[in-house]
Amino acid sequence: MKHCPSSLRFVRYLLIVVFFSFAQQLFALEAKYNMTSGVTDISGQVYNLHMIIFYICCAIAAIVFGLMFWSILHHRKSKGAAPAQFHGSLKIEIIWTAIPVLILIAMAIPASKTLIAMEDTSEADLTVLITGSQWKWHYKYLEYPIEFYSLLATPREAINNQAEKTDLYLRDVDKPLVLPTGKKIRFLVTADDVIHSWWVPAFAVKKDANPGFINETWTKVDKPGIYRGQCAELCGKDHAFMPIVVDVRSPEDFDQWVAQELERQAQEKAAELARGNLTMDELMSLGQKTYETHCAACHQISGEGLPGVIPALKGSIMATTDIPAHIQIVVNGKAGTAMQAFAKQLTNSELAAVITYERNAWGNNTGELVQAADIAAVKAGE
Amino acid sequence: MKIDHERYYVPEQSVWPIVGAISLFTIGIGAALLVNDLAKDQHGAGGYLLIIGLALLCYMLFGWFKNVIDESMAGLYSSQMDRSFRQGMSWFIFSEVMFFGAFFGALFYARIISVPWLDGAGNNVMTGEILWPDFEAIWPLEKTPGGLETNAMPWEGIPLYNTLILLASSITLQIAHIGIENNKHTQLGFFMMLTIVLGVLFLSLQGYEYMHAYNDLGLRLDSGVYGNTFFLLTGFHGLHVTLGTLFLLIIFLRILIKGHFTPERHFGFQAAAWYWHFVDVVWLNLFVFVYVL
Amino acid sequence: MSRENISSHQQHADHSHDSHDHKPRGISRWLFTTNHKDIGTLYLLFSLLMLFTGGILAMMIRAELFQPGLQFVDPHFFNQLTTVHGLVMVFGAVMPAFVGLANWMIPLMIGAPDMALPRMNNWSFWILPFAFTILLSTFFMEGGAPAAGWTFYAPLSTTYSSDSTAFFVFSVHLMGISSIMGAMNVIVTIFNLRAPGMTWMKLPLFVWTWLITAFLLIAVMPVLAGVVTMVLTDKYFGTSFFDAAGGGDPVMFQHIFWFFGHPEVYIMILPAFGIVSSIIPTFARKPLFGYESMVIATASIALLSFIVWAHHMFTTGMPVAAELFFMYATMLIAVPTGVKVFNWVATMWRGAMTFEVPMMFALAFIVLFTIGGLSGLMLAIVPADFQYHDTYFVVAHFHYVLVTGAVFGIISGVYYWIPKWTGVMYSEKIGQLHFWCSIISVNMLFFPMHFVGLAGMPRRIPDYALQFADMNAFISIGGFLFGLSQLIFVWMVVRCMRGKGEKATDRVWEGAQGLEWEVPSPAPYHTFQTPPQVK
Ligand code: HEA
Ligand code: HEA
Ligand code: CUA
Ligand SMILES: [Cu+2]
Repeated sequence: MKHCPSSLRFVRYLLIVVFFSFAQQLFALEAKYNMTSGVTDISGQVYNLHMIIFYICCAIAAIVFGLMFWSILHHRKSKGAAPAQFHGSLKIEIIWTAIPVLILIAMAIPASKTLIAMEDTSEADLTVLITGSQWKWHYKYLEYPIEFYSLLATPREAINNQAEKTDLYLRDVDKPLVLPTGKKIRFLVTADDVIHSWWVPAFAVKKDANPGFINETWTKVDKPGIYRGQCAELCGKDHAFMPIVVDVRSPEDFDQWVAQELERQAQEKAAELARGNLTMDELMSLGQKTYETHCAACHQISGEGLPGVIPALKGSIMATTDIPAHIQIVVNGKAGTAMQAFAKQLTNSELAAVITYERNAWGNNTGELVQAADIAAVKAGE
Repeated sequence: MKIDHERYYVPEQSVWPIVGAISLFTIGIGAALLVNDLAKDQHGAGGYLLIIGLALLCYMLFGWFKNVIDESMAGLYSSQMDRSFRQGMSWFIFSEVMFFGAFFGALFYARIISVPWLDGAGNNVMTGEILWPDFEAIWPLEKTPGGLETNAMPWEGIPLYNTLILLASSITLQIAHIGIENNKHTQLGFFMMLTIVLGVLFLSLQGYEYMHAYNDLGLRLDSGVYGNTFFLLTGFHGLHVTLGTLFLLIIFLRILIKGHFTPERHFGFQAAAWYWHFVDVVWLNLFVFVYVL
Repeated sequence: MSRENISSHQQHADHSHDSHDHKPRGISRWLFTTNHKDIGTLYLLFSLLMLFTGGILAMMIRAELFQPGLQFVDPHFFNQLTTVHGLVMVFGAVMPAFVGLANWMIPLMIGAPDMALPRMNNWSFWILPFAFTILLSTFFMEGGAPAAGWTFYAPLSTTYSSDSTAFFVFSVHLMGISSIMGAMNVIVTIFNLRAPGMTWMKLPLFVWTWLITAFLLIAVMPVLAGVVTMVLTDKYFGTSFFDAAGGGDPVMFQHIFWFFGHPEVYIMILPAFGIVSSIIPTFARKPLFGYESMVIATASIALLSFIVWAHHMFTTGMPVAAELFFMYATMLIAVPTGVKVFNWVATMWRGAMTFEVPMMFALAFIVLFTIGGLSGLMLAIVPADFQYHDTYFVVAHFHYVLVTGAVFGIISGVYYWIPKWTGVMYSEKIGQLHFWCSIISVNMLFFPMHFVGLAGMPRRIPDYALQFADMNAFISIGGFLFGLSQLIFVWMVVRCMRGKGEKATDRVWEGAQGLEWEVPSPAPYHTFQTPPQVK
C-alpha cells in the first residue's frame, strides 16, 4: 500500500467519497422508503424482524432465480442443448420440503417472542381510551379528568389545491395526544360508528377500533418528540383525513401540561356558564364554525348532504319545523344511522349555535334562535 | 370400462339457460328495489319485478325439466349421464351445506365469542367494564347489550314435534324408495304422499311457531343476535323444506300421472330424496344448537 | 406418466363426422349454445371486457393519486372506484377467465365430447353479464356504487352504506350462483367424462389444479352468499349480526368473509399454476419434474387455505393464541408453494428451452409470483404485519400475485392455446412487444408500492402526505403504460380471431404433449364425440 501511485490513491479516495455519500443517500432513502425503526424498544424489534425476513427472502429469491436464469442462459435450444429426460426424484423433493420448514421455524421463533411482548398490556402506568369516529379521534385519560377530540388541521383549501400545501399536509391535528416519556402507556381502542384503526408507525402500534368492543395495546416511548400516524382502516369518505399526532414529553413537562389543561377546562366552563343568551349574529358565526368542523364532512358545506347516503339539511323538514325534535337528534344522534350523538362532543352553546345555524343557513330562513338553555332543557327532559 | 364408449349425449341448443339468466336478473333487481322500498316505507315496482322474475324462473324450470324428462324418456341418456346428474346433485347439496355452515358459524361465533366477550371474557375485560357494564352474557340472549329484551323459544312442544315429524318423513321417504326399487307402486305412492303431508304439516307448525314468537314471546327477527340466528336459520331451513316439498310433489305427480321412473332408473326421485334427507339433517343440527343447547 | 404415447387412431373417425359440424349462425348461436368451445369463448371475451372495465377504474384511481390533493374525484367516489375495481377484477376478470379456459381446454385435455352438463354451462355464463350490469349500474344510482372496499367490512357496508347495497348484495348472489354451477360442471366433467385410459395420474396438471379449484369454489362461494345475506339483513331488516349492541360483532363479519376470502385468492392462483405447469415442459422440451409432488402440493395448498383466513385480521384484536396459530398456519403455505416453484425450475434445468411468448409470460410468472409470495410471507409475520397492514405494501403484495401471477398466467395460457382456438399463429413480433412493454411497465407500477407502503402510506386513500408524492407519480406513469400495453394484447387477440396470421399446425408447439394437440387447429366444433383411447 505504501507505494501506490498517486493516481491510484486518488481513485481510492474517490471510491471512499462515493461510498460515503452513497451510504448517506442510502440512509436518506431508507428513511423515506423503508419501515421506520421507530422510537420504542418494540418498534426496533419489529424493524429488525422485518429486515431479517426481508434478507432471508432476498436470499431465497437469489438462489431460485439464479438457478432459473442459469438454465435459461445455458440450457437453451439455440445453444444446441439436448433435453435431459429425468422427471422426478423423491430425495430432492424431501430436501426442498424440509429446508423451507427449517427456515420458517427460524423465522417464527423471534416473531412469536416479539408478538407475545407486544400483546402484554399488564402493569401500565397510564391508560388512554382512544375512540375513533367518522372522522376524528377522541382521547380520554382514565387517570385524569381530561378528554378531547383531535381533528385534522389541514385547511380544506389546501386539499382542494386552492392553497399551498405545507410540510405537514394531512399530518397535523388541532390537538395532539400528549404522553409522558418512560412510562408504560396502555391504550384502550374503540370506535363510535364504523371500524377505524389507530396507527403510529414510530411505536409499531396499530390496533383496530371496533365499535362496541375495546382492544388493548401499549407503548413506552423513551424519546420526547412529535410522532405522526393516521387512521388505517377504511372508514368512509374521509378516511384519508383523520391523522394522529402524539406529542411525547418528559414526565415533568407532561405534568405541567396536565395542570394547564385542567385549568383551561375550568376557565372554559366558567365562561360557558357566564355567557348567557347570544345574539343571532353570535350564534350564526359560532354555528358556522362548528358546523364546518363537525357536520360538513357529511352534510356538506352546502347543507345538501349526499343523496342516497346522507340526508340534506337545506330545506329539510327536520331543520325547518319542530325545534325540540331537531335538538333531540343533534344531541342524541339517530340509532341505526350514521348520525352520531353530539352531546359529549360539543358544549351547550356550540350545540345551540350549530342548530341555529342549520335553521337559518342556505335559505332555511326560519329566523328562530336556539339558546344553550334550550339545549339544557332537552338534555334534562331525557 | 365398456360404458365409457357409449356416446355421451350433448343436447342441442336450448333457450332455457338464457331465460333463466334473465329471470335471475329480474329477481335481483326486483328484490333490491323492494328491499329499499320496504326500508323507506315506499311503494314501487320492485315487488312486481320480483314476482315477474319468479314466474319466469318457474317457467324456465318447467320447460327445462320438461326437456330433460323428454330426453330421458326417449332413452337418450346413458348410465354415464346418470352419473353426471347424481354427482352434480351431490355437489349442489354440498354447496347448500356450506351455505348453512355460514349461518351456523355466525351462531357459534355469537355464542362462544362475541356474547361472552361483550361481558368481558377473554381479552375483552375492558369491553365489559367500560362499554357494557350492565350486560350479562347468558345464552339464549334474552337481553342484549343494548338493552333490548325478548324471550327464548323453548324446545319442548312444537320444535320437538317438528323434529319427530321430519324424522318420520325421512323414514316414510325411505320406505317409498324401497317401493320404487321393488316396483311396488302402491307402497311408493302411499308413502310419498305421506312424506309430503308430513312436510306440509311441518311447515304449518313452523308458521304457527313464528306467529307465537312474534305475538306472544316478543321474539322477532330484529331481537338481537339470538333472534337473528333463530329466524335466519329456521327461516332458510323452512325455505328448503318448502322447496323440498314442492320437489317431492312434482316427482309424485310424475309418478301418479305420467308413470315415470323404473326400478333401475329414477334419478329424479333419488335427487328429491337426497335433498329431503339433507334438509332433515340440517334440522337436527338446528334442533340441537338453536333450540336445545 | 409419459403422455407421448396417446393414440389418436380414433381421431380420423371423428373428423369424418365433421361434415355434421354445422355451427348455428348469428346471435342465437351464442345465446342458446351448449357447446363448451362457444361458452369458453364467451367467458374469455367477457373476462377481457371486465379486465378493461376494472382497468379503466384503476386508471382513474391512478390519475387521482398522481399528485397530492384532490384532483378529479371526490373522496366518496374514490372509494367507489377502489371497491368496484377490486370486485370487477376478482369476480369479473380473473375468475371468468379461468372458467373460460377450463371450458375450452378440460374436455380437450381429457378426451370428453363436451362439459358434463352443457345447458347448465350456458346458464352459468349468461348469469354473469347480468350480474355485472347490476353491479356497474350502481354507479348511476343516488349515493353511488358500494364504497366499503371489495371486502365490504361491516358496519361501513351496513348501517353506513348507501342504498345501492341491496343491488350489490344481489349481484354477488348471482355471481356466486354462476361460479358454483361452473365449478360443479368442471368437477363432474373431470370425474365422469375422462376418456378410457385417462387415469388420475395421467391428467394434465391444468385439469388437476382446476379440479381442486372447483372444490374450493363450491366450498366457499356459499359462505360468501351467506355473509352478504347477513349484510343485507343487518342493513335492511334490523338484524345485528355485526352490531355489538345486539350481541353481534363487526369482527364476525371479517371471520366469515375471510373464510371465503382466503380460499378465494387460491382460487385465483391454482389454475394459473396449472397453466404454467403445462407451458414450462412444452418449451423446455422435457417432462414436468415431480408430477406427483405437484398434485400433492396443490391439494395441500387448498387444504391449508381453510385454516389461515385470520391472517387478514391480525390487527383486529384477536387473542395472542389465535394470532400465533394463524401465523404458523399461514407460513406453512410457503412450503407446498415452494415445492411448485422448485419443480418448475427443475423442469427447466437441463432442458432445451426456447422462448416464445407463452414461455416468456410463464417465466415472468414464476419470478414475479415468487416475489409476491415472498412479500406474502412477510405479511404473515404478525408483529411486522402490524406495520404493513392496510398500507400499500399489501397492495403491492396482492398485485404481484394477482396481476403478474393470475393475469400473467391467463395471458400466457391465451398465447399458448390461441393457435388451437383460432387456427392461426399469433404474431410473434406483436406478442414479444406486448411482453416487453408489460414486464417493464408492470414493475414500474407495482414495485415502488412496496416502498411507499413501508414508508407508511395507507391504502384506500384518495389523498396523501407530501413525502409520497414523487413515488406515486412514478407509479401512476407505470400504470398508464401498463394499461396502454394491454391494448397490444387486444390487437393480437383480434388479429387471431379474424384469422390473420400464419396457419397453425395441429401440434402447434414442437414440445407440446397431450390430447388437446391431437385434434386439428382450429379445434373442430365437436371433438371426441367417441372417446379416444389413452394408453
Ligand atoms: C392470487 C392471490 C394471492 C395469493 C396466491 C396469495 C398468497 C399469499 N398471501 Fe396474500 N393476499 C391476496 C392475494 C393472494 N395472496 C390479496 C388479494 C390480499 C389482500 C386482500 C385485501 O385486504 O384486500 C392478500 C393479503 C395477504 C395478507 C394480509 C395482509 C394484511 O392485510 O395485513 C397476508 C398475511 O399473511 C397474506 C399472505 C400470503 C401468503 C403467506 C401467501 C402464500 O401463499 C405465498 C406462498 C409463496 C411463496 C412463499 C413464494 C414461493 C416459495 C418459495 C420460493 C419457497 C421458499 C420460501 C420460503 C421458505 C419462505 N396475503
Ligand atoms: C386480479 C385482480 C386485479 C387486477 C388485474 C388489478 C389491476 C390493477 N390494479 Fe388493482 N386491486 C385489486 C385487484 C386487481 N387489480 C384489488 C382486489 C384491490 C383492492 C380493492 C380494495 O381495496 O377494496 C385493488 C386495489 C388497487 C389499488 C389501491 C386502491 C386503493 O387502495 O385505494 C390500486 C392503486 O393503484 C390499483 C391499481 C391497479 C392497476 C393500475 C391495475 C392494472 O394492472 C390494470 C391494467 C389494465 C388496464 C388499464 C385495462 C386495459 C387498458 C385500457 C382500458 C386502455 C386504456 C388505457 C389507458 C387510458 C392508459 N388496484
Ligand atoms: Cu378512520 Cu379510517
Ligand atoms: Cu389470505
